[in-house]
Amino acid sequence: MASKFLLVAQREYLTRVRKRAFIMLTLLVPVLIAVFGVFVGKIIQSDETTEIINVRDDSGLGIAGRLVSTPQLQFQPVAGGTLASAKTDFQRQKHAGLLYLPAGLDEKDPQGVQFFGKGNISLSKENRVQSALTDAFAELKMQKSGLTQAQLDQLRAKVPLNSISVDESGAEKDSNSGVTTSVASGLAVLIYFFIFLYGVQIMRGVGEEKSSRIMEVMLSSVKPFDLMMGKIVGVAAVGLTQFLLWGILSYGATAVVLPMVMDRDQPAKTSVAATTSATPGGPAAQPSLADNAAASADQMNPAKRANAVGGVFGKIKELNIPIGTIIFGFIVYFLGGYLLYGALFGAVGAAVDDQTDTQQFMFPITMPLILSYIIGFAVIVRNPDGPVAFWMSMIPFTSPIAMVIRLPFGVPAWQLALSIFLLILGFIGTVWVAARIYRVGILMYGKKVTYKELGKWMFYKG
Amino acid sequence: MQPSSSRPILEAIDVRKAYANHVALSGVSLAIPEGSIFGLLGPNGAGKTSLIRIITQITGADEGEIRFRGERLNPSHIAHIGYLPEERGLYKKMKVGEQLLYLARLRGLSREDATARIKQWLNRFEIKEWAGKNVEDLSKGMQQKVQFIATVLHDPKLIILDEPFSGFDPINANLIKDEILRLKQEGATIIFSTHRMESVEEMCDNIALINRSRKVLDGPIEVIRDQFKTNTYEVEGVGKPIVTHPEFEVVEQKARENDHFYIRVQLHEGVRPNELLRYLINSPGIEVESFREKIPSINEIFIRRVGETMPETLNQTANALL
Repeated sequence: MASKFLLVAQREYLTRVRKRAFIMLTLLVPVLIAVFGVFVGKIIQSDETTEIINVRDDSGLGIAGRLVSTPQLQFQPVAGGTLASAKTDFQRQKHAGLLYLPAGLDEKDPQGVQFFGKGNISLSKENRVQSALTDAFAELKMQKSGLTQAQLDQLRAKVPLNSISVDESGAEKDSNSGVTTSVASGLAVLIYFFIFLYGVQIMRGVGEEKSSRIMEVMLSSVKPFDLMMGKIVGVAAVGLTQFLLWGILSYGATAVVLPMVMDRDQPAKTSVAATTSATPGGPAAQPSLADNAAASADQMNPAKRANAVGGVFGKIKELNIPIGTIIFGFIVYFLGGYLLYGALFGAVGAAVDDQTDTQQFMFPITMPLILSYIIGFAVIVRNPDGPVAFWMSMIPFTSPIAMVIRLPFGVPAWQLALSIFLLILGFIGTVWVAARIYRVGILMYGKKVTYKELGKWMFYKG
Repeated sequence: MQPSSSRPILEAIDVRKAYANHVALSGVSLAIPEGSIFGLLGPNGAGKTSLIRIITQITGADEGEIRFRGERLNPSHIAHIGYLPEERGLYKKMKVGEQLLYLARLRGLSREDATARIKQWLNRFEIKEWAGKNVEDLSKGMQQKVQFIATVLHDPKLIILDEPFSGFDPINANLIKDEILRLKQEGATIIFSTHRMESVEEMCDNIALINRSRKVLDGPIEVIRDQFKTNTYEVEGVGKPIVTHPEFEVVEQKARENDHFYIRVQLHEGVRPNELLRYLINSPGIEVESFREKIPSINEIFIRRVGETMPETLNQTANALL
């Protein structure tokens, strides 16, 4: 029967790959990625231009002079005129805002400081102004308590934190949580999108067989399990082909487009182009996903500088990142997660008659996926050895994403083994359930499906 | 050819199948003689499709056994069975030739064999120019031809057609009928499953009648007809017949245009048709133009049989047949 499974997989692959839509999408997406990447790069670049804030200091405490400018904010003392004229001045100068320190300000309890901005003032800008002010007041008070300027300069010095990770044997290596987190999120995003994009294709494929009424002919020739597996594997091959082409073409397109648009000294911004390769096609229909991708793309920035992919790998080697385990784990969870969810998507396609009915069954399937994605970035990245990380990397529905996020931080071998074992068990279980729903579901044309009905189908006798 | 006496290609022995809320088949036993055309007849919901799905191994029987040429049914038999389900279709986005190749290879044919046979069948149906067309670009009638080819392409020994002529236009239906007879000549066994008994009864050698999950009657169709004959004759001619003979009973009488008549007469037991004919010929002013025995239709036999064996379900059964 293995040859039938291969025949099914072959058909699923060839019919999809030869579709005009597939070819178009495969060629178009890298171009879009390059354009999008450049666009995002430009935006980030423009976002990082220094904004000037006028400071009108009537307090007589010399705060204006103590405000420390940052690359984002530059404080510019202004004097003369009235408060009202200062308010119009900063707008005329196209400066970002006006910080006003009124006369008679008490340094021990400074009340009445005002910040005027154009339109709504962003939280990050407010925070930056706030912390600059706090520092300035602190300095003022310290100086008043008798510290010299030299002592103050010393106090101001930043403490560089050198993180070193220690493994079980006691060997020490430089740790770089930035790179580690970036690798983790990059891999998780890849799995997340692969499952979503191609899982839905399996569902549609089954739905199409059902609506075109060829199902019964197929079932009289092929066992539901072979049919299901053939479909899942065939679609997976389509996905891998598309990802591979996207990767190669995106790299090429970005390499061509970038030098034409970007400054030579700004290559970092282009990293978005490389990372967004994980977000083609589907996200248009799912804005929340696109948001997530954008968020994660931000986090990936330092790791995937377009010109320095090799450099990153070199760096990973120096760091205490178990590169072999990551590659092995990624492949296992990438395939395992896809197979597990692919079977469930197939079952949904088999259960419903009408594509519009798929929503009610899609929800419980996508829940754990979205959950592990969100929790992964909210909790696991921060505490990769905590109980949440542990349990989520054991449950087969969440482990493909949770464990992959944990991998770069180092996972004990027994946990990895247990998690993979549970994933395989989960996969066999879901295929079993899905194949049953598949066989019964496809024979029930025109029957409205409820969860109760689905439960019954699972226990139908052969 | 004596279909009834040849060995069965397929036997069902006391097959039972139940779904969650109802019993689809209870204790059904059948023997389908090799090389015959077998009618599996009964109203919708009687259990015909359930039985076929067991034979095609889409599902399994709860109890009982199916034997294919004496062997317990197993996956190796799939290659010998061709099945055209009632719910039939094709992959819409696939080309006709590729689709036929795919389906044939799933049934165990090699690529070379399949390609050669596809060519042969497309030529036979004079549709070889369609091989490169997408199925969705074909008319419904064309798709039906492709579906039929897909069913018989792998040269199955047993061909199962579920409601074969529903949705077929008359030209296609006749084309398919001719092909079925030709395949029978070549030694294939055909099962027709339908609730429209009149559509297949003239082609069937053997039939089984199924009602409400049970077999109510089976056997060679001629034997069954003989068994259900009521010694009734239909006469047409000119004149106004007045039949007042103690051994004849007029069941129906109609006057037609130009002084023509039609009567249906039942003869009492042991009375020969010649006696009725002699009586009519000797009646004054009567000219007999046609005289024939009234053969019961399968539909009539079915309803009578259900009335005898399951009288409580007769009304519903009769309605289901309409």
